Amino acid sequence: MSDNRKITVNALTRVEGEGALHVRVSGDQIESVKLTIYEPPRFFESFLRGRAIEEVPDITARICGICPVAYQMTSVHAIENALDVEISSGVRALRRLLYCAEWIESHVLHIVMLNAPDFFDCHSGIELAEKFPDRVNDGLRIKKIGNRVLEVLGGRAIHPVNVRVGGFYRLPSRDELTELLSDLRWALDAAIDLARWVATFDFPELNIHCELVALQNDDEYPMNEGAIASTIHSPISVEEYEQHFGEQHAPHSTALQSKRRDSAAPYFLGPLARLELNQEQLFPAARKLAEEICPPIPLRNRFHSIIARSIEVVHALEEAIGIIEAYQPPPEPFRPYQHRESEGCAATEAPRGMIYHHYRINDDGTVASSKIVPPTSQNQLQIESDLRDYLPRLLDQPDDIVAAECEKLIRNYDPCISCSTHFLTLEMERT
Amino acid sequence: MNKKRLGVFKFASCDGCQLSLLSCEDELIELAGMIEIVHFLEASSRVDPGPFDVALIEGSITTEKDAQRIREIRHQSKTLVTIGACATAGGIQALRNWADHEEFIASVYAHPEYIETLSTSTPIADHVAVDFELRGCPIDRHQLLEVLAALIADRSPRTPRHSVCIECKRRGTVCLVVTQGLPCLGPVTQAGCGAICPAYDRPCYGCFGPAAQANCPALSTHHLAGATTETQMVHALRNMNAAANVFQIESDRLESGST
Repeated sequence: MSDNRKITVNALTRVEGEGALHVRVSGDQIESVKLTIYEPPRFFESFLRGRAIEEVPDITARICGICPVAYQMTSVHAIENALDVEISSGVRALRRLLYCAEWIESHVLHIVMLNAPDFFDCHSGIELAEKFPDRVNDGLRIKKIGNRVLEVLGGRAIHPVNVRVGGFYRLPSRDELTELLSDLRWALDAAIDLARWVATFDFPELNIHCELVALQNDDEYPMNEGAIASTIHSPISVEEYEQHFGEQHAPHSTALQSKRRDSAAPYFLGPLARLELNQEQLFPAARKLAEEICPPIPLRNRFHSIIARSIEVVHALEEAIGIIEAYQPPPEPFRPYQHRESEGCAATEAPRGMIYHHYRINDDGTVASSKIVPPTSQNQLQIESDLRDYLPRLLDQPDDIVAAECEKLIRNYDPCISCSTHFLTLEMERT
Repeated sequence: MNKKRLGVFKFASCDGCQLSLLSCEDELIELAGMIEIVHFLEASSRVDPGPFDVALIEGSITTEKDAQRIREIRHQSKTLVTIGACATAGGIQALRNWADHEEFIASVYAHPEYIETLSTSTPIADHVAVDFELRGCPIDRHQLLEVLAALIADRSPRTPRHSVCIECKRRGTVCLVVTQGLPCLGPVTQAGCGAICPAYDRPCYGCFGPAAQANCPALSTHHLAGATTETQMVHALRNMNAAANVFQIESDRLESGST
């Protein structure tokens, strides 16, 4: 193999949204690794200005068709924090139910259709279905049940319509939700089987030490709120996020990349981080499953993220069942509030990691400014850093194998490039 | 019978409309047996070159490169179908069409010089001939399956052009305009979603774009005579289908004060 090679692969696949990876290698030295997010920018933060806060959850949902609930939830929590709106416990439970449904739908899509094919040399979930028809069909059915919960509670699965500042537009009846229970109970058993199957995959060893960051709560697995916990630093409040984490704009990307302000170090978000920091908070069946199939903490092998995702599906199904079984419609669908000049922020856990929003609000209830930090732009530097650690062991392989293996690593982060508002073709340059 | 070759392509968008295809959980595997998926980056790492019998296009044109890319895809495609509000009307990102583009870039990015985009977000039909437009933000998966079934069978897709009001009545929802005076866009918005919003106690916000023969000025006049302000009406029209012709004309008319 020559010392000077330039390799270009034009499209990173089975990720959400589009972008590129550029790798420059000289001999056996990795000179640079750049994730290029060429997804054209859409300027959400700009056109949110002047819009009524009531319109914000409908607009921010459009940042991402895969995880619209994450955007809606983070928006409304940030605005409610700004206006000191305290949502009722019943509404809070329903919001967790909506988030559980998005985790189920997004995670199972990733597990079965996007990530699992990598472990069997398949190009797609459809090809995987030829080898494992029952596994793929069960996965699709679990996903459908997640979508069904989104449809009942949110009106539709993609860009739900029912979320509003203060609560929901309309509360579901008890019957509407309890009708979902038999399907959810089937899905729980099927998801446990799916997770056990996933745990038998042949995982490459890639143990990299880095900082894992996730929300953390005393009494629940993190979704809608919590302190920002880390495997290295002390927990901080969400209000302190911007003091500790900053964004930079790299020439090769339309996504802003996040890092620690003090050390300029990257950090890692997502299911592995959540599980590492919150395993105690899993619901009983998910916790028992984690004890059975989860590798020991610390969770450093990126390829194990599919196991973490599978355990989280089980948790989300258990929690969804619990919320529905206990459901009594709250007295009011939403809390009234007054417009006033204010500012507020919130962080929630999107399926692929922590997401942060900050809004300044004018006294007439319009948005003065906003800041939206999606999970993938926070993970981007860590992905580049991990690729740098992974690449040396691949360099004796031909270029197409190197490219394919890099793509496989990248899929573990479930990158959401459209989400980065502003991800992948793989281009490799060896000089 | 030779299977039709399908390509799915993404431009500026949220990915939600192509996800609708993967959300056909009951039909996906069967569908994959009836059609050959040759280019669908989100779903498959097997990427084959054209030509395509059917190209599904998601997203709007916001860069010079994308304007070139859509011409290349058109050249390789027998039938080109746009899916969703971005591809058919420019999407929510078309709100830039009313803004100072340089200022928009500078307000988000520290280094505006790294950003190469056009000052407008435009629908696919502004750039190439489109054979069928499927509306919605997001599209409805049942309508998507109808379009694919029609194209597989070499017939024209059938999707209604009437307003959301018809679906709303069929659903048995009480009218929010008549009973609560809410600024609903249902009367001027094309059916297809199933009239979800009014069934969730909120007015329609126009995800499927203008219905056939939509009379937007009459609707504005009605809403403005109630509690709706002009700004609220302009914003209602300026969402995901802001640059759809009829909506754009009306929001511009309201803004210019010629009411």
